[in-house]
Amino acid sequence: MIEKVINDFSVTIATVNGSGSQTANVTLLRALFKMGIPISGKNLFPSNIQGLPTWYTIRVSKDGFIARRDEQELVVTLNPSSFAQDLASVQPGGAFYYADDIKLPIARNDISIYPMPVKQMARAANVSPALRDYIANMVYVGILAQMLGIELETIQQALSFHFKGKAQAIDSNFGTIKAAADWAAQNLQKTDPYSVARMDATSDLIMADGNTAAALGAIYGGVQFAAWYPITPASTVAESLNSFLPQLRKTKDGKQTYAVLQAEDELAAIGMAIGAGWGGLRSMTSTSGPGISLMAEYAGLAYLSEVPVVIWDVQRIGPSTGLPTRTAQGDLTEAYYLSQGDKQNVVLLPGSVKECFEFGWKALDLAEQLQTPIFVLSDLDLGMNQWMTKPFEYPTAPLERGKVLWEQDLEKLNGIWSRYKDSDGDGIPFRTVPGNKHPASAWFARGTGHDENARYSEDATTWESNMARLKKKYDTARTLVPEPIIEVEEGATIGIIAYGSTEPAVEEARALLKQAGNLKTAFLRLRAFPCTNEVQDFIKKYNPIYIVEANRDGQMRQILSAVMPELASKFRSACHSDGLPLTANWVKESILKQEKNQ
Amino acid sequence: MTTPTPSQLNKAGLSKNDYRGQPSTLCQGCGHNSIANQIVTTCYELDIVPEKVIKLSGIGCSSKSPAYFLNRSFGFNSLHGRMSSLATGALFADTSIRAIGISGDGDTASIGMGGFKHMVRRNVPIVYIVENNGVYGLTKGQFSATAEVGLNLKHQGINQYMPVDICMEALASNATFVARSFAGDAKQVKELLKAAFSHHGVAVLDIISPCVTFNNEGEAAHSYTWGKDHEAPLHEISFIPAMDEIEIQGEFAEGSVREVCMHDGSTIRLKKLEKDYDPTSRANAFQILESAQLNDWLVTGLLYIDESKPTLTETFNLVDTPLNRLVDADLRPERETIDKINAMMF
Ligand SMILES: Cc1ncc(C[n+]2csc(CCOP(=O)(O)OP(=O)(O)O)c2C)c(N)n1
Ligand code: SF4
Ligand SMILES: [Mg+2]
Repeated sequence: MIEKVINDFSVTIATVNGSGSQTANVTLLRALFKMGIPISGKNLFPSNIQGLPTWYTIRVSKDGFIARRDEQELVVTLNPSSFAQDLASVQPGGAFYYADDIKLPIARNDISIYPMPVKQMARAANVSPALRDYIANMVYVGILAQMLGIELETIQQALSFHFKGKAQAIDSNFGTIKAAADWAAQNLQKTDPYSVARMDATSDLIMADGNTAAALGAIYGGVQFAAWYPITPASTVAESLNSFLPQLRKTKDGKQTYAVLQAEDELAAIGMAIGAGWGGLRSMTSTSGPGISLMAEYAGLAYLSEVPVVIWDVQRIGPSTGLPTRTAQGDLTEAYYLSQGDKQNVVLLPGSVKECFEFGWKALDLAEQLQTPIFVLSDLDLGMNQWMTKPFEYPTAPLERGKVLWEQDLEKLNGIWSRYKDSDGDGIPFRTVPGNKHPASAWFARGTGHDENARYSEDATTWESNMARLKKKYDTARTLVPEPIIEVEEGATIGIIAYGSTEPAVEEARALLKQAGNLKTAFLRLRAFPCTNEVQDFIKKYNPIYIVEANRDGQMRQILSAVMPELASKFRSACHSDGLPLTANWVKESILKQEKNQ
Repeated sequence: MTTPTPSQLNKAGLSKNDYRGQPSTLCQGCGHNSIANQIVTTCYELDIVPEKVIKLSGIGCSSKSPAYFLNRSFGFNSLHGRMSSLATGALFADTSIRAIGISGDGDTASIGMGGFKHMVRRNVPIVYIVENNGVYGLTKGQFSATAEVGLNLKHQGINQYMPVDICMEALASNATFVARSFAGDAKQVKELLKAAFSHHGVAVLDIISPCVTFNNEGEAAHSYTWGKDHEAPLHEISFIPAMDEIEIQGEFAEGSVREVCMHDGSTIRLKKLEKDYDPTSRANAFQILESAQLNDWLVTGLLYIDESKPTLTETFNLVDTPLNRLVDADLRPERETIDKINAMMF
């Protein structure tokens, strides 16, 4: 009798894009979550509406490690075109579930093989022919439930959530799941060791995706204006604004305190957002890399004319259209340096769904405090996948509206003020916004050279002193942006720096490094540019510093090397980008290899 | 500055000086200067409070001119071809604000064409002026998209391509106010500007505004000479503000005058010239523009008006308080809601 493996494996489900398998996959994920088991689910989907192969990979981890794994103990396939590849991908000792209408050779005897009567059971289901394809996916849900020990009750909870309580949909799907589970109980002999069992590791958590969290965060941050243009993987940020704003931000008489506008392109989306920001609204836009490229010129205008605006970049892999449905951290240098001329931008780097929420409101605060574009870099993995997360927390501080002068303020100043004067020594000037009725309120915004009173100027010293002030303002930003999260380890000499969605892979890699060669590491997760002082201190303390990122060129390393050239010799890159979320194993191997080579 | 006498003050309590801007840095005789002057006069005569106006522009000689009028208004000289989107967002801040946008033919009809048409289609409430000189002034005399076929410019050769007709483009995008004028016809420019300020929605004014430095040769279609020789006004236009209603009765022979009642109670009076022209018909507008092109006329006047369409901001059911004056309590959902939101997640 083989030893049982409980709550510690990955299962990948291969289907055809557009066949409705998402509901089935998310149902499995949610059911496992409700059983109290730590999980992650990642949709590895093609840029296609219907027909191409698509995979969904679920990791079940009693230890709470939720990074994607390359190794698949269990593979389910309903797709003849990926069948051979799917079969080959099963780990020895694992199991292969396949739809039994696929008549292809199965030449492996090191794994368990389970045929599933998918077509037959779908036909038997009491649904219209149009729904049969969808119901077919529920067959593997039922069979996996039986074979792994997923509680049917939690499956019912997941269905009820998905179908928003609609009894008919829940019942017909559950009926098929139950029938499939019964069939498996009678017809399949379990010969593999993998199963699940109830735990209590998720009861204080919820499940959500980063884009929904971003939108909700922005709503709690008082967002008033958003303009956007559809693009995967960012669209659901704006779509979530559209679905939650009416519930949360209408007055009692049904009037809106906000406006969301779908623009004609990203050139216009950012133009609208900047117009609104200049007008005194908490304003944002959301896009992905190609849209950021189009926003470049306007971002520079906002930087120089000092207009608040928040720009969410849910990254996908580039250059160009790249792989539009695959994840990466490839826009870091683009966002940091975006637009012509001298500048660095303020960039926030959320590393979890909860941080997407938090940075959703913080970014709006920072934009108004600093009067500058704030970039928030999420990615497809974080933005579109369902993650376990601590519940969203109500913002801890009131809205920061920055230095805005209204009529009564100007009266007190006898109307004497200067739009671009560094009156407080922090590089941040005062501003007024249109609608202010004081006769001294108006000023003229422009992307050309200007003096402290916002008048056109080509004077050399005026230009330089304004640019120096903007640099000073960036130093002030250093004191306002989220500080890094640091995890020290007694006796560690090696440091790791990472950011964004790679955190789970890095955390697990650290555990693996410790197991493998008793290699102890300290970890800094960077959450913003400009770097706060803690970053420099961390880098000074450890050597070498591995910088882990999901891009080809080591973009974080490039920036940190530019920011602190005197420390750059400590940096080593662990970077890699193939469109998939990084795995802990890859991170570990990359570090080990470089350690051995030294 | 001497204090103006009360008689020089308008109903907003302001003198004409209160509507001026910085001294112009454009060439002497540039059409754009005369349009800026008419904007000053218009706003003064309409008793507009300058703080209630925002002035926006793209990039070009034309787009520089917001600096030359309404010093007391908020201004934004933005990016080449991108003012349309800036205006679209800015107007949500406070819907009691009026917007005036200054663009050029390059700014609107080349680099900014897409944004322009979408702004028009959304009926963004703005007075949108294209100072059309058939050339890129600021970059020193290249062809613009409104240059006529056969135009010969120094260093550029002869233009081979059909010109873009900005009024046609506006009409095709369902503009609700389309007018053409000529900077050399100051009186008409002023009356059309007044009408545009009263319009409910997007008002597109394509004003032929000669570039004396790069495109003012006698036969060029955007020159002063050509404009003077070929101008064919559709009507004699005058604008009667809402207050002055009583004065306008029975002075004209029947059928010689058309009146368009505006949303704000004012009236546009169109006195018939050679032929009657009905500016409430889109078909008429297309037809007259087509004839103008065939016959080399510079058709000027109010080509089209529709006061009935909602403006962009009206389609949003916004709160009455200007959005930019809302406070924390209006903007952040109450604390209790967060539990509900978390419960809505799985
Ligand atoms: C993105 C970009 N491309 C090019 C330019 C250079 N540029 C400045 S003004 C201008 C043309 C302006 O022509 P028009 O809008 O007709 O204005 P005019 O000067 O004739 O009044 C160009 C191409 C620019 N400022 N920005
Ligand atoms: S170059 Fe032409 S458009 Fe520019 S200011 Fe001179 S006359 Fe006017
Ligand atoms: Mg021009």
